[in-house]
Amino acid sequence: MPAPTSNGISRTPARTPRLRVSGRGLWITFLLVPPVVVMALFVIYPIFSALAYAFYDWQGLARGDFVGFANFEKVLFQQPFAATTWNAFKNNIFVFFALMIIQNGLGFILAYALWRDLPGARFHRIAVFLPVVLSTVIIGYVWKLFFHPIFGAVNQLLKAVGLGSLATPWLGDADTALNALIFVNAWAWVGFPTLVFLAGLQRIPSEILDAARMETDSELTLIRRVIWPLIAPSATVCFVLLFIGSFNWFELPYIMVGLDGSPYGNTDVLGLYFYRTAFGNQSAGIQDFGMGSALAVLMFLFIAVVATSWTIYLRKREIEV
Amino acid sequence: MKTFIKTLALGVTATAIAAPAMAQELSLWSWRQEDRAVYEELIAAFEAEHPEITVTFEAFEASSYATILSTALAGDSGPDLMMVRAYGAFEAVAGANYLMPLTEEDVPGLADMTAPAIAAQTLRADGKVYGVPFASQTMLVIYNKGIYEQLGLSEPQTWDELMANAQAVKDAGMYAFANGTATAWQNETIVSALTSSVVGSQFFDEIVAGTTDFTDPRYVSGLRHLQDISAYFPDGFTGLDYASSQQLFASGMAAMFAGGSFEIANFRAQNPDLEIGVFAAPGEAAEDEKLVGVFFDGGYAGNATTEHPEAVKAFLAYTATPEFGQVFANKLRNITPIAGVTLEDGLLNEIAELNRAAVPYIMLTNFRYEEPSGSVLLQAEVQKMLAGESTPEEAAEAVTAGIATYYAPFQD
Repeated sequence: MPAPTSNGISRTPARTPRLRVSGRGLWITFLLVPPVVVMALFVIYPIFSALAYAFYDWQGLARGDFVGFANFEKVLFQQPFAATTWNAFKNNIFVFFALMIIQNGLGFILAYALWRDLPGARFHRIAVFLPVVLSTVIIGYVWKLFFHPIFGAVNQLLKAVGLGSLATPWLGDADTALNALIFVNAWAWVGFPTLVFLAGLQRIPSEILDAARMETDSELTLIRRVIWPLIAPSATVCFVLLFIGSFNWFELPYIMVGLDGSPYGNTDVLGLYFYRTAFGNQSAGIQDFGMGSALAVLMFLFIAVVATSWTIYLRKREIEV
Repeated sequence: MKTFIKTLALGVTATAIAAPAMAQELSLWSWRQEDRAVYEELIAAFEAEHPEITVTFEAFEASSYATILSTALAGDSGPDLMMVRAYGAFEAVAGANYLMPLTEEDVPGLADMTAPAIAAQTLRADGKVYGVPFASQTMLVIYNKGIYEQLGLSEPQTWDELMANAQAVKDAGMYAFANGTATAWQNETIVSALTSSVVGSQFFDEIVAGTTDFTDPRYVSGLRHLQDISAYFPDGFTGLDYASSQQLFASGMAAMFAGGSFEIANFRAQNPDLEIGVFAAPGEAAEDEKLVGVFFDGGYAGNATTEHPEAVKAFLAYTATPEFGQVFANKLRNITPIAGVTLEDGLLNEIAELNRAAVPYIMLTNFRYEEPSGSVLLQAEVQKMLAGESTPEEAAEAVTAGIATYYAPFQD
């Protein structure tokens, strides 16, 4: 290192550019280190420790012997745990497909209506997105009250309009509980795909649309042949995020039906099963870190693999305008 | 300079070593934030007797208490004294060798406690006691005395009378029972609160001994009785959650609530005008023993690695004395397992009286040690049965089969 002169400025000519490079490097490092540390500490470390936990037997909170894949074998193949896992997984799949149709489908239709500036579009642009801003806890709680079998607004309304025979304990009936949760989720989140699709629609250059309109009078053909391919990037975002959200589904069912997936497993999803296995359900069971970690690892792998391959596939069909 | 530093270092070390001997500071962890004032009063009385010991009460949120405690214990930063749960949840902590084993020499009060109370704080693996049990809870029928009087009803002596009472309330346009089944664990409480007498104590002795299982006709009959009486639960009870059930009863809209004695404090707080009575749900005949279900909430335990084992033992011994029990029972309105405590509260006295003929709250006391726990199974199966999706026989069969996956006596 060259000695500084008395006025503190180095005489070495190469120093100035080097200092600039290292200064920039320092700046980048300064910006990168906090997020990397946070990610490492709160994301990467937990994932790897969960991975490690999954290979041990747990006596309460004390780590026991290394048991290899026994915990995985238990949650996937050993009854009655396997039945619970597959039932929860089946429900996750149902939730995903139902939300694909209702939430993303409706999101697209709403976005299209807003984009075409139908009457009241300005108001609805805000109204549709409003529930997305609300906390899931509030949404879950309020809708739980709406679905209350005795005092709930839904049953009261049905009775008021003479459809009392349709009144049912929505969240306590095996036929309606999961559907009710899906409905609430779609109600709360439909604003998100709407916004993403709307942004995609607004990016389509008007010349393309004008040109297309000269070719066809059919709005449907226009949507199918021109608009849909052009907003494929928006669809990718909506589809993949919905997939991840559906298989990580936890808050809404937890708030509305509790940890057990009441009634008798009809609303059970992997998130709930993982939580009550790993952390224990105080009023029913005991905790099993090993099995819980195995479930978490399986969920992570499933979501990561499918979401990645699906994203790659969806990206391929996107067209840049 | 060097000498000064040496002297300073020596002084600090000496103080650090001597300090614990002079003042022994203990921490006591609890999940009962709402009981802080009473605990501080109890601690003050202890400190007056033991001026060399100070105890600091620290409370944590109940639902995350287990996680906080076990994380602290695993990281060697746990408290000296702590409240621990009972049964399976107790074993999760005690089984990991975190707790100090207690003898009747350390805690003389243990000698006067009943066997079920001690069992709640005993590690089955080594048969040692690791906690001083502090409260029992009773599963029974809580009823609205006002409604009973208004309709000229009296506490039922037979199952048919219970059904008739429920019918009378229903005819009067009120809810007979406030119970709902949407919250899973409520399904377990109603089984114990309503069917213990129908099933009979003989069955419970046999199930504990491992000579019968839940497909036993007596237990199935209990489930069938539950199915019958659920006709008097509110319409849509399968969607009625725990909080709503509590509100229905506390607001005076329902005549009865089948559940735990721990509800009473809450009912009184929500509606001070409510006149509450309790009874054990009867059996078929008037002469059948009227039984309630009982379990213990938890206990006070010491940290096995505490720096002040003697002070910890002194405090734990204190938690088993009648002086402690007297304040604990009357100020916190709990039923204590400590012998020689007089209860000022009439209703608590009545419950303590009912506890003389009790059966264990069986899934918690005996089948919540492994997964799938008896509770997990029973809660889901009863929920299903009361929704009309299965029969009592099928429910009993499923519960037994689930427990049989790890419990040898059910396997043949």
